[in-house]
Amino acid sequence: MLVSEREQLRGNIEAWVEQYGSNRSALIPVLEEVQRKYSHISEYVMQVVADILDIHPVEVSGVVSFYSFLGRKPKGRFIIRLCRTISCEMQGKDRVARQLENDLGILFGETTADGNFTLEWANCLGMCDQGPALLVNERIYTQVTPETVHDILEECRRTFGVYAPQLTEEYA
Amino acid sequence: MSHSFKQDCSRAPTSLRVQKINSPTLQVAVTVHIDDREIEVPVGTTILEAARQVGIHIPTLCFHEDLCVAGVCRICVVEVEGHRNLEAACAYPITAPITVRTHTRKVRMARRHILDLMLSEHYGECYACFRNNNCELQALAQEYGVDFFRFGHPEKPRYEIDRSSHSVIRDMDKCILCRRCVRTCIDLQEVGVLEVDKRSNQSKIITFGDKPLGDVICINCGQCINRCPTGALRANDPTDEVWAAIDDPSKHVVIQTAPSPRAGIGECFGLEPGVPLTFEMNTALKECGFDKVFDTNFAADLTIIEEGTELLLRLHKALVEQDAAPALPQFTSCSPGWVKYLEHFYPEYIPNLSSAKSPQQMFGSVIKTYYAQLNDIDPQDIVTVALMPCSAKKFECNRPEMCDSGFKDIDYGLTTRELAQMISEAGIDLPAMPKSDFDDPFGTATGSGVIFGATGGVMEAALRSVIELVCGIKVEDLFEHADIIPVRGFEGIRFMELPIKKTGPVPELLAGLVDDWTWLEGATLKVAVAHGTANAKKVMDDIKAGGRCSECHFIEFMACPGGCLGGGGQPIPTSPAIREARAKAIYAEDAAYEIRKSHENPAITKIYGEFLTDGPGGLLSHKLLHTQYTPRGKYIV
Repeated sequence: MLVSEREQLRGNIEAWVEQYGSNRSALIPVLEEVQRKYSHISEYVMQVVADILDIHPVEVSGVVSFYSFLGRKPKGRFIIRLCRTISCEMQGKDRVARQLENDLGILFGETTADGNFTLEWANCLGMCDQGPALLVNERIYTQVTPETVHDILEECRRTFGVYAPQLTEEYA
Repeated sequence: MSHSFKQDCSRAPTSLRVQKINSPTLQVAVTVHIDDREIEVPVGTTILEAARQVGIHIPTLCFHEDLCVAGVCRICVVEVEGHRNLEAACAYPITAPITVRTHTRKVRMARRHILDLMLSEHYGECYACFRNNNCELQALAQEYGVDFFRFGHPEKPRYEIDRSSHSVIRDMDKCILCRRCVRTCIDLQEVGVLEVDKRSNQSKIITFGDKPLGDVICINCGQCINRCPTGALRANDPTDEVWAAIDDPSKHVVIQTAPSPRAGIGECFGLEPGVPLTFEMNTALKECGFDKVFDTNFAADLTIIEEGTELLLRLHKALVEQDAAPALPQFTSCSPGWVKYLEHFYPEYIPNLSSAKSPQQMFGSVIKTYYAQLNDIDPQDIVTVALMPCSAKKFECNRPEMCDSGFKDIDYGLTTRELAQMISEAGIDLPAMPKSDFDDPFGTATGSGVIFGATGGVMEAALRSVIELVCGIKVEDLFEHADIIPVRGFEGIRFMELPIKKTGPVPELLAGLVDDWTWLEGATLKVAVAHGTANAKKVMDDIKAGGRCSECHFIEFMACPGGCLGGGGQPIPTSPAIREARAKAIYAEDAAYEIRKSHENPAITKIYGEFLTDGPGGLLSHKLLHTQYTPRGKYIV
């Protein structure tokens, strides 16, 4: 990482701490911001956050590893989480899963080579009456069928390039 | 006696923090029935505390008196009438009259299952474990009659043993996730090496980034070892190397013994805490094969002279030479855990740290120079062993700069536990040994050296000497029996002020440093004492903020709660009561000494007369007895 990037990163974290307060209860909101902007929480970030909030880096690391939506490793720009609990299972989540894997050419738990898509499982998205459900970053899609998988991925792809709105703005 | 560790703990969820109502107007008592016994307790008392008051035993595992309540192991579950689920006795504050049953069938079955589940994850090689016969899990398995592994048992180790640290070895195969080490490291010591990673059956105790212990910010205090219920954490044990040196006839093996192990080692031989075995241990060490047994207290006295001189010179700089930024307050540097803590967390304050080495290291360089010359032994053939209550001393003796004698000053650091092991391996019944004295030329030291083992001891020893050397009066004139009570005790941070009304002549020992003491007349010496690095952190933050601590001139820090007597190499278990008993033993030993002030130690006068001829703070003492520190910082790449 460039030194200038590091400084910028530190500046961002300081701004978020300013926004959420400099005590330990600000930890999760700050980490969520980092996750949203950088799609992962590096060891460096953990140490900076710990330093500013006056807690220990290992505590931050414990929180990051506890929550599935926070991660240490960089993930794709679009994280697709497909619900694997019983209602979605009964409404055909397996076919959706296979379609996702085929379209993206990766298995669950993997990220595409271009760094755009990550496939993950989720446990109950609270859409049991409208299954199968999946989550793309922070947007929910319900009653997904193998046919609509294609549309969903296309919709994601269309948000690339110069017309792509900033992730933070779109999903804030 | 106040133990200010548990109360300030910010980590435990509010619901789990035991909250007592201390206001007399709000003091409400509730009646509890525990197994047909009735007791009235204040609101907020836990079931466990209430049961202990009436003498009912409830087993515990994750509960520790020094730590905040976690309620994670569930071994203390009890049945509360009217509740559908079992409740954890350690984490259930009583707020209304309840009836508790501690050993119904439901409770017994639950505890047995909990134990079986723990054993299904615990790779227990009991014979090859240093906690054999002193293991809380083993004891519980016996107590609950575990006779087979209901849920299986690991046949093979699953983790690599982490031996990267000079001081602490981690064996995660033996971990049962009680989180005592986590609470010790984060709440009690504020160092933050260990934390739980992930959730549920994937959870594991890790260091930051799951790096080896030697690569993370660990101060090696070993408090986690003392509180681990199993053998997952242990000290790096050099007994094999020490035995090899003893067995080698060409080696002259010398051991120095610190004051705290004497107050604690009896516990390893079944004695009550607080029975000192100083002179019995001397005989036993000789019997084990050590050629000479020396008293670290000699070096402690040397430390007092060197560190005290340094303080007086710094004060001189500030008051007479009008130095705008004198490195005051001066910090003690005897505790290697504290030194490393400062190097990591407050590297900008390294100039404040006394450059004097710790007694262990001073003795090492004195043995390999002065003692070697006196007895005409090649220092290359001397093996110096240090018996310490401390795991951080193992790191300290391996610091690359600790070779001022031209050799490694201290070859091996032994803990109290390891020595007890060696003594029992030699078939010696320590408490039954005849008494014998320490060897010459260092002889028996002073009472000031002995109290180095307790929090406040270094300060008391320093004050005794400073009062006499500077004021020219007897300490006994100011404090009864020369017991400086204000710096004693177990309160986290203690302050004391000592007005210097008149000064005496400059004693012979310090002649040449200053012309007179008159510049100190009318000044007030302000000192503070802190033990446990959580308290050290408070002091340092206060200094940064310009609070009361920043006005002090001299601050004693010890990394371990209670000082060295609660060190990470002391016998397991530890608790406030045990530490108090050890402190009593140490102060009793001090009171029994004829010479109780460092500067009156004849061996000290002798070494400054014969060897360190340019006096305290002179060139030779700077070469041999002083050191420099490394700013380490707290960021890991």
